[in-house]
Amino acid sequence: MRSKVVLRRLLRNKQARYGSIALIVLVALAYLGPFVGPYDWTDKDFLAFLSPPGGDHWWGTTTIGQDMYAVTLRGMQKSILIGLLVALISTGLAAIVGAFAGYFGGWVDKTLMWGVDLLLVLPSFLIIAIISPRLREGASWLWFVALLAAFSWMITSRVVRSMTLSLREREYVQAAVYMGIPRWKIIFRHIVPNLSSLLIIDATLNVSGAIIGEAALSFFGFGIQPPDVSLGTLIAEGSRNATGYPWLFAFPAGLLVLLVLSVNMIGDGLRDALDPGSNS
Amino acid sequence: MSILEVRDLTVTFPGGIQAVRGVSYEVERGEVLGIVGESGSGKSVTSLAVMGLLPTNAVVSGSVKLHGRELLGMKEDEQIKVRGKTISMIFQDPLSAFTPVYTIGDQIAEAVRVHQSVGKDKAAKRAVELLDLVGIPNPGLRAKAFPHEFSGGMRQRAMIAMAIANDPDLLICDEPTTALDVTIQAQVLEVLKTAQQETGAGIVMITHDLGVIAGMADRVVVMYAGRPVEQGPVDDIYYRPRMPYTMGLLASIPRIDGEEGPLVPIDGNPPSPASLPPGCPFAPRCPMKVDMCDDEEPPLTPFGSGRHVACIRSHEIEHKGLTGADVFPVPVIPPNEVVRVPRAERPTVLELDAMTKHYPLLKGAIVKRRVGTVYAVDGISFDIAQGETLALVGESGCGKTTTLQQIMQLQPPEGGRVVVLGKDSATLDKAGRKSLRGDLQIVFQDPMAALDPRMPVGDIIAEPLRAHGEKDVRAKVEELLVLVGLAAEHAERYPQQFSGGQRQRIGIARALALEPKLLVLDEPVSALDVSIQAGVINLLDELKSRLGLSYLFVAHDLAVVRHLADRVAVMYLGKIAEIGTVENVYDRPAHPYTQALLSAIPLPDPEMERTRKRILLEGDLPSPADPPSGCRFRTRCPKFAVLSEAEQRRCVDEEPSVARLANVVDHGAACHYAEEVEVITASDNQEEE
Repeated sequence: MRSKVVLRRLLRNKQARYGSIALIVLVALAYLGPFVGPYDWTDKDFLAFLSPPGGDHWWGTTTIGQDMYAVTLRGMQKSILIGLLVALISTGLAAIVGAFAGYFGGWVDKTLMWGVDLLLVLPSFLIIAIISPRLREGASWLWFVALLAAFSWMITSRVVRSMTLSLREREYVQAAVYMGIPRWKIIFRHIVPNLSSLLIIDATLNVSGAIIGEAALSFFGFGIQPPDVSLGTLIAEGSRNATGYPWLFAFPAGLLVLLVLSVNMIGDGLRDALDPGSNS
Repeated sequence: MSILEVRDLTVTFPGGIQAVRGVSYEVERGEVLGIVGESGSGKSVTSLAVMGLLPTNAVVSGSVKLHGRELLGMKEDEQIKVRGKTISMIFQDPLSAFTPVYTIGDQIAEAVRVHQSVGKDKAAKRAVELLDLVGIPNPGLRAKAFPHEFSGGMRQRAMIAMAIANDPDLLICDEPTTALDVTIQAQVLEVLKTAQQETGAGIVMITHDLGVIAGMADRVVVMYAGRPVEQGPVDDIYYRPRMPYTMGLLASIPRIDGEEGPLVPIDGNPPSPASLPPGCPFAPRCPMKVDMCDDEEPPLTPFGSGRHVACIRSHEIEHKGLTGADVFPVPVIPPNEVVRVPRAERPTVLELDAMTKHYPLLKGAIVKRRVGTVYAVDGISFDIAQGETLALVGESGCGKTTTLQQIMQLQPPEGGRVVVLGKDSATLDKAGRKSLRGDLQIVFQDPMAALDPRMPVGDIIAEPLRAHGEKDVRAKVEELLVLVGLAAEHAERYPQQFSGGQRQRIGIARALALEPKLLVLDEPVSALDVSIQAGVINLLDELKSRLGLSYLFVAHDLAVVRHLADRVAVMYLGKIAEIGTVENVYDRPAHPYTQALLSAIPLPDPEMERTRKRILLEGDLPSPADPPSGCRFRTRCPKFAVLSEAEQRRCVDEEPSVARLANVVDHGAACHYAEEVEVITASDNQEEE
């Protein structure tokens, strides 16, 4: 069975193995860590401003007395969530748009690809930077996710489209047409599943892309808005005092690097496992 | 003295896969050795090992001696001197064997210059000579052409020219004509014979086509599961096979001069090289198997003069004079009752009336303008009665596939009419089209590509049922699997766990799920091995009579058609050249194209191959974008060449339509000067009857 072979190859791959162990540890830390720590992320310890790591505050405190350990983990939760959601949405969108454009061809293809080209030439950073601070109410971070996703699917959808063009000529797709199966159903039943290796790899790599994108935007104040925190906002605040109070910067930045690294390692391992031709 | 001597050659791939297990043969000067076997029998790996072209992770042992010099374990730079000079190879796919960015002439000249110290212009001249030798018209001009400007047949000729450029002592041909059409195959085989006469080289001919071997080879090696199971002179192998596998293989080939009726199938599949059975590898499929066969693998022992057989019962076969048909059980397929009704009284299931399909040739990047038309299908008419099989035959590019797509799409055609089960496709609405799809189903050529690799077989077969609103499909799926000769529990497996023949059966089961009345078969057996092919053909035959189906059978293999079809339509360049019952068309072909086509097919009969006269066609199929005026076949027609000028005028000016021939009911040819000629002499078994 193919899935078993892929799994075996994935487990044999050193990179992917270490990557997944690291990711599991990091996710566990983000979601289980806060229960272990003595402070909540909203707590402020007015007796300890900017205290270095050790003792009561494991990773030190911020300028307003927040526990660095609790705040960083809270930020990491947000970053992981954003990364996963963005990857899911953008890969899903890429798959659907690409498959429809490739399968239907004609004016559907033209319109969709025109939209893709348009989104590709728009300066995404600038647009997100302008829009996102204006969405202050409620779950504004969800809007932020949508914006990030909206600007990260285009290249993949082009790849999906060209692969669909070749899948469309396959005999099992034609067989389905001659059976009288509706065309949208053929796309979801025969085209998209046969693109799954590409999509899985793409989604994995999108996770790290989205985490970095989120961090970059938040760093400049355009992403997650206070009082909410993410790794990006924490790094931004920490970087101002990085030399004097290194723990403010080192913990969120280090976790960000670890997170992205582990996801990328899994992505590379997956690519090697699913597509044996690519490992050189 | 022999040129090449192979002794106990074994090739093992990582994971303990023994692809070749002890092959020994020798080739004399001027001799043609045929190696036959099904896919996976190790015949190609053997020749790659001889050439030293296997990947480095393959372990090769044994001995390969060229003029007494050991080739195995030779250093790479010494091997290079041998390769292409003393031994050269002709590959199956002539397109990928040439570099697309250099001209054909340059590539042949390069092959000359690598091994001979000659000047550039001298090498170029030699290239032109070689192209002339292999029968390329205008060789001086064509040498400057790029590979993509050559047709498949011309490319294979150029490949032969390149292979004989250095006057090699040994030519290895790996399926040299498999990718080509029959008329082109006949041309290329002729060129190969010329090339051999010119160079006096020994030839190792590797193929699965027993007809090609019969016409070319002096001696034959039959391989099965990585080992030779029988070897000897060609006549002995073909007329007196003494190993059940060879017997089955020869009996299972559909023959163009054969009679209708079931073929001899060999049950089961070739064993996987990773898990061979304990004794004789053929034992699980052998009807003559006794307990002793499982004890140990029989060695290849000398048997009579100059031949070797690996079977413990070979003397018994010799003694009793058994043939393939005696040993292998032939299924009896009772005819369907529908067929007893005269054809004219049966309802028509499919009717094509002057159907056309033209593709525009467009040019321009932004504003596309039409610069020409490809006349893919240009007015063809035929009909299929209930319970009947009509075969549509022709070479690649003749418009078979376009015709089939036009029928399957159930859309109004560009011109003419398509009537399926009494319903005109031009008047169908969406619901009508969908319900008609249940009556019209298709079986595809490539069993690998026709099944979605990510769906279990049960879901694949259930797909058409679910699409047409059936809820409870489980029982029906199991019934269908049993119907096509598989087991009900196969429903949970995935397509890649099945062999080619089994997958084709799954494809047939899916096509039958909606209980269609008309089944379109698009080359259903051309991708299968001979021994598997017979089983699938018999299954199709049996299903037809059991379920009262009608078939539209599209094929290029005229021998298969003879066994399965009732009527046959021969297509050439988008038009029907000849149509009629199988007996009429095969025994008394009237159109010069049909005659050439039939005479080009090699027979698995060495005696007949030697005495047969071929009608060789000149050149390639003209481009369908620019068909000749009048009769489309006239540019290649052997008859046209011998006509007087006044008679030729008619061929050039007037397009012949399919005219019914006098004194036969069901036989028509599109030729002004149609004349019945017998091209295939009746085989012995027919004469006996």
